[in-house]
Amino acid sequence: MSDAPVTEPAEPVISLRGVRAELGSRTVLRGIDLTVHRGEVVALLGANGSGKSTAVRSVIGQVPVSKGTIELFGTPGARFSDWKRVGYVPQRTTAAGGVPATVTEVVASGRLSRARFGILRKADHEAVHRALALVGLTDRAKDSVNALSGGQHQRVLIARALAGEPELLIMDEPMAGVDLASQEVLADTLRKQVGEGTTVLLVLHELGPLEPLIDRAVVLRDGCVLHDGPPPKAVGQHALPGHDHVHPHAAPGAEPVRTGLLS
Amino acid sequence: MDLLNYAFMQRALLAAVLVGVTAPAIGIYLVQRRQALMGDGIGHVAMTGVGLGFLLSWSPVWMATLVSVVGSVLMELIRWYGRTRGDIALAMLFYGGMAGGVMFINLAPTGSNANLTSYLFGSLSTVSPSDVTAICLLAAFVVLVTIGLRRQLFAVSQDEEFARVTGLPVRALNLLTAVTAAVTVTVAMRVVGLLLVSALMVVPVAAAQQLSRSFAATFAIAVAIGVTVTISGTVTSYYQDVPPGATIVLLTIAAFLLLTALAAPLARRRARVREHAGGDPAECVIPAADEELGRATVPAGRGSTGGAEGVGT
Repeated sequence: MSDAPVTEPAEPVISLRGVRAELGSRTVLRGIDLTVHRGEVVALLGANGSGKSTAVRSVIGQVPVSKGTIELFGTPGARFSDWKRVGYVPQRTTAAGGVPATVTEVVASGRLSRARFGILRKADHEAVHRALALVGLTDRAKDSVNALSGGQHQRVLIARALAGEPELLIMDEPMAGVDLASQEVLADTLRKQVGEGTTVLLVLHELGPLEPLIDRAVVLRDGCVLHDGPPPKAVGQHALPGHDHVHPHAAPGAEPVRTGLLS
Repeated sequence: MDLLNYAFMQRALLAAVLVGVTAPAIGIYLVQRRQALMGDGIGHVAMTGVGLGFLLSWSPVWMATLVSVVGSVLMELIRWYGRTRGDIALAMLFYGGMAGGVMFINLAPTGSNANLTSYLFGSLSTVSPSDVTAICLLAAFVVLVTIGLRRQLFAVSQDEEFARVTGLPVRALNLLTAVTAAVTVTVAMRVVGLLLVSALMVVPVAAAQQLSRSFAATFAIAVAIGVTVTISGTVTSYYQDVPPGATIVLLTIAAFLLLTALAAPLARRRARVREHAGGDPAECVIPAADEELGRATVPAGRGSTGGAEGVGT
């Protein structure tokens, strides 16, 4: 199962060993192993409730782990503090808060991982502009995020993660609710990042336009790793060109065994 | 301005300006994290502090600061740990704080409900020199936090989970926000009163939002509105003999209504400017008068309505 097409398995950037996690009384992860090497692009696939999001959120320390070990850049998760090496794109449908904010203001908050005492210097502002250019939002920099479309919100969230110039990019469903045109922009952004050597772990509902970028796919089912290897080929209607469904649904046959009430 | 000849009016105006700056300055972060009513809750808790101040013959301002800081930290802890029925716990904290205030002040030898009223609705003319000293110190703390840590507080209030992954000390920043809000409540207590404090934290921000696109502009406009209404409310109350707290709050709401009315035409004009600058097509409809252009853009179009459909779909 571990016939990964990477040529040289370098130092693992993310390493999960036998990780178990519960949300409330429901066991979401039942001992998963996951390794992401430097420079790899790994997609985490699976139906709703399979534990994809919980898995990535355990990596960044947002979900407590009841058993097993997590290492980031070789450091145990609990002691990891070098957050400037990590860029995180949470699962969101909006980048807006309760008060208007411009695209630049939101993206600049991603630079705080590298700015001491929250003071942005010239180099920091340049990094923010580069991140905006990467996602093609330079001309919207001074606009309120409230004025953006769903796909543009997602691009803002990605630019925010890129503003810190991370070595590792962790993205939770970056394509959810994004129109096809924006998906292409995002795929292009990701291609450039990967070209520069960024390691990527991303949760996807389906591969879509990102498919050529993915080195390895890890499929979760009911909190266990079902498949770890080359990305599965799309079949049937999913393989049709232009097939675009981003609404969450369970793939036939992949319905998870429900162990508790879904919240 | 003959009113500046009176020492009590000088103190009142100074206190009013400081409230006008600090209340919107911390309020903007509360609105951003969608906790607009937190100031209201702290105001209720601060009543216990006022009551205790009278009972122990302490300065009610400092005692209210102490109790509302403890109360705001408790609220923050409830938010972390008691997600299930956090609202019930908060409700008990609010009403417990209010009942405690009434109870303590009636137990105090010098206190009565009349004393409490001046804290509930503000009493600018009785602001003492020691009150002003306390208000100045507390306001300096609020300004320092809300401006010095604006980027961190913005990040935490915008997206708490992301801020944690950025490596920011999110818990410490949340506690600092709560404590700063508590301090602001006690700063504003003598001017607008505990029951009306929240209005000055929230309404100027809501009014500023009508005009602004950026957080920085919202912050600046909200503070400008805050200072304008507190000064004009204080001056009005001096000449017309009306309660300053209520005057200030009503003026703030008037400012909100005015800016809301102004916002719609302004947004339309902005959209027009943007279209001109960006070269975006303003609408799908091609002007019927310019037939040549219509034909050139939409060859299949027969007249303006057909053209509109052709481009629109």
